[in-house]
Amino acid sequence: MAMTTIAVSRRRALAGAGGLLMAVVLPRARSRAATVTRIVEDQTGPFAPNAFVRIAPDGSITLILPNVEMGQGIYTGEAMLIAEELDVGLEQIQIEAAPADEAYVTKALGTEATGGSTSTIATWKSLREAGAVARTLLIRAAADRWVVEPASCQSEAGVVRHVPTGRTLTYGELAVEAAALPVPSGPVALRAPSTFRLIGHAQHRLDGPAKVNGTATFGIDIQQPGMKIGTVAACPVMGGVLLHVDDRAARQVPGVREVLTIGNAVCVVGDHYWAARKGLEALAITWDEGVNATVSTGTVYRQLHEALQGPAIVANTKGDARMAIRGAATRVEAVYQQPLLAHAPMEPINCTVHVTPERCDVWVGTQVPMRARDSAAEVTGLPKEKVFLHNQYIGGGFGRRLEHEYVTQAVQFARQVSYPLKVIWSREEDLTMDRYRPAYVDHLVGGLDAHGKLVGLSHRIVGPAVVARWAPEALLPNGVDDDLLVGTVETPYAIPAMFLDYARRETPGVVTAWWRGVGGTRGVFVIESFIDELAASAKVDPVAFRRRMTGDRPRARAVLDLAAEKAEWGTTLPEGVGRGVALQYVFGSYLATVMEVEMSTMGTVRVRRAVVAVDCGRVVNPDQVVSQIEGGLIFGLSAALFNEVTLENGRVREKNFNTYRVLRMNESPAIEVHLIDSTEDPGGIGETGTAAAAAALANAMAAATGRRYRRLPLTGPQA
Amino acid sequence: MLTLQVNGTAHQVDVPDDMPLLWVLRDVLGLPGTKFGCGIGQCGACTVHVDGKAVRACSLPASLVGQRPVTTIEGLAEDEVAAEVTKAWLEIDVVQCGYCQPGQIMAAIALLKSNLHPSDDEIDQAMSGNICRCGTYRRIRAAIRNVAGAV
Repeated sequence: MAMTTIAVSRRRALAGAGGLLMAVVLPRARSRAATVTRIVEDQTGPFAPNAFVRIAPDGSITLILPNVEMGQGIYTGEAMLIAEELDVGLEQIQIEAAPADEAYVTKALGTEATGGSTSTIATWKSLREAGAVARTLLIRAAADRWVVEPASCQSEAGVVRHVPTGRTLTYGELAVEAAALPVPSGPVALRAPSTFRLIGHAQHRLDGPAKVNGTATFGIDIQQPGMKIGTVAACPVMGGVLLHVDDRAARQVPGVREVLTIGNAVCVVGDHYWAARKGLEALAITWDEGVNATVSTGTVYRQLHEALQGPAIVANTKGDARMAIRGAATRVEAVYQQPLLAHAPMEPINCTVHVTPERCDVWVGTQVPMRARDSAAEVTGLPKEKVFLHNQYIGGGFGRRLEHEYVTQAVQFARQVSYPLKVIWSREEDLTMDRYRPAYVDHLVGGLDAHGKLVGLSHRIVGPAVVARWAPEALLPNGVDDDLLVGTVETPYAIPAMFLDYARRETPGVVTAWWRGVGGTRGVFVIESFIDELAASAKVDPVAFRRRMTGDRPRARAVLDLAAEKAEWGTTLPEGVGRGVALQYVFGSYLATVMEVEMSTMGTVRVRRAVVAVDCGRVVNPDQVVSQIEGGLIFGLSAALFNEVTLENGRVREKNFNTYRVLRMNESPAIEVHLIDSTEDPGGIGETGTAAAAAALANAMAAATGRRYRRLPLTGPQA
Repeated sequence: MLTLQVNGTAHQVDVPDDMPLLWVLRDVLGLPGTKFGCGIGQCGACTVHVDGKAVRACSLPASLVGQRPVTTIEGLAEDEVAAEVTKAWLEIDVVQCGYCQPGQIMAAIALLKSNLHPSDDEIDQAMSGNICRCGTYRRIRAAIRNVAGAV
């Protein structure tokens, strides 16, 4: 990103940021006593050379972080990137969520968005440059004041020092003069990695104190003067509309204030959630359920399996895979099936909106702030610059908040009232009105030569193209969703001949969406399961089989060897216990995962241990990489073991955590994560553990029982 | 009109008899640290202490609390075990999204107050009612062990 671009867009960024912003004032480094969460007014006239750094004459240093914090530790990592070059300590800064503004667009995602494990990859250079530009200007301002050469000055911990005389000025004292200097138009020098103070050195999470003392504000915690609380029932069948609502009983519920309707949903508003909830239960609603009222899970799978035959779009070819398979000594074939999945983050969907004739304020945790803002502008008819999006901590995203239809809905209700309206979905509404990870069916055929080497791989994917809805311009010209190539075309292996085609089938009755690990999660399960089947057919150890295919990928081989060593691969295990391995290259990072499971004769599965070796290039905050792998694996294991969203008469049947079971502490394995030192540019990490889970687990179960597991969830009736 | 003892203060509240304690805390008393997760006592995000025991505030009508003292995440300032738990949580960087953590922390404090040196099985038993979708279980367990070792 050119510095000139930042300088220009900064003004728009600040304009968009008007009003109240939340800042977290941090305690002294590593002391945890005095964290305060306070609301600060956006200050006028501070030193703000770009959209990411603001220094006020009072000495306050504010870092504006382009990606939203939803658990992945990005506020800490991005603050480290800026602070490293700005020469400030993490205890000297306050942080702010970026407003909705072009200055914060993630190019790879085409909008201002947090997702696809792109944040660190995208900001690794740009945020260090933002810090370096600010530091350069502060040093120049000090040098000008002292009438000395900038080269004779140094910066450290928020202070510029003239080395020969020892004179010092704080950044705050220099803010006004630095603000008057022209922002450098060319590249600025960045620190040599060997001199990093922060990057690569474990730092505690900046959001830790507020999150353990209960003061962290999530979207659902927003309080506004005069605010009322609403809860919603949308038509349980997607595409259906509201015909009639009898709200007489609801209006008798103490605390109920209004019953609001839009085309496909009803919102009961009360003094508190309980009144709204009771009111909602007292409604008699008549829906026109529309064309999806007969859709069932069977419909979904049937149409996917049917498309294994017939025409498809060629998505990738390398060599002549079909010829290679025809000439192979052994042919191996398998069909894999993956279910619809819900996101089920701990914080149910919510959004607080205040619409007045002059402006619209939206308080929400969103992975797509500009889309949320633009939607509010469209619904209210206000210009975009009159919509103020206040992004909040997200209580679990996992891709759910890459959607913004719940913001649209909340604004549609809130524009009918004069007061701020906080809309909270019940857990039941959250699960049944989710936008779901698609179901897929994959068919693979592989050919092994007489030495058991893979000579050709032919693969058909059947399923929806999520990108065609989410970012239509990104659908490849041939009609392929390139998310489906992740983990399937791009693998850690040298495969001599490959053929991939794609039969697009959109899922009836639901909207499909991104889900943690996106294409990587679906692709790694299929490919790594099949690689295991090939190894078994070749009668070669699964690690050895993979190892010899990593010829041109030393980083892949290194993680594989490390994971195998740490997991004591090859040592004897008791009866009923098995080890499985998965190797992957997705989101720009290499992972090898060895999972150990115990299968009882009753069919229960206990995941005992997971060992992961990771090469994700340069690491910003090492312990948070470990944390993401641990959590990503648990998230993936929940889905792989238990989760399937099913439909009956167009309705989602899983309504709460009693029927949508997720992994609990007593079921979670010991997890060890081993990081490989690397000087490569960073890869993504937030979704890699999730991508690894199902394949490593299915392979371990196969090792324990001697049969293959080709249908998810692995403990479901279909497995 | 109900009188609730919350974090050492008596509060008069005029709420329906069946209104769960969770919504009284969040929407009437302005204590949003206690979280809504499922509404049916399945996830533990709403865990608070009633008379020192961990309970699910989403499923406990406020009218049944009576005079028993209620403690929420906001009311831990003076508590020694809570201070140790918080410290261990920060030292290990347990939190990710953080939404379930007030409930996890309240469950952990209740456990440690009744059993300062819990075994792994006892930790599992006390904590498995609290879901964490970010998957911080390993670190929660480690933090509880650290407190047990430190006290």
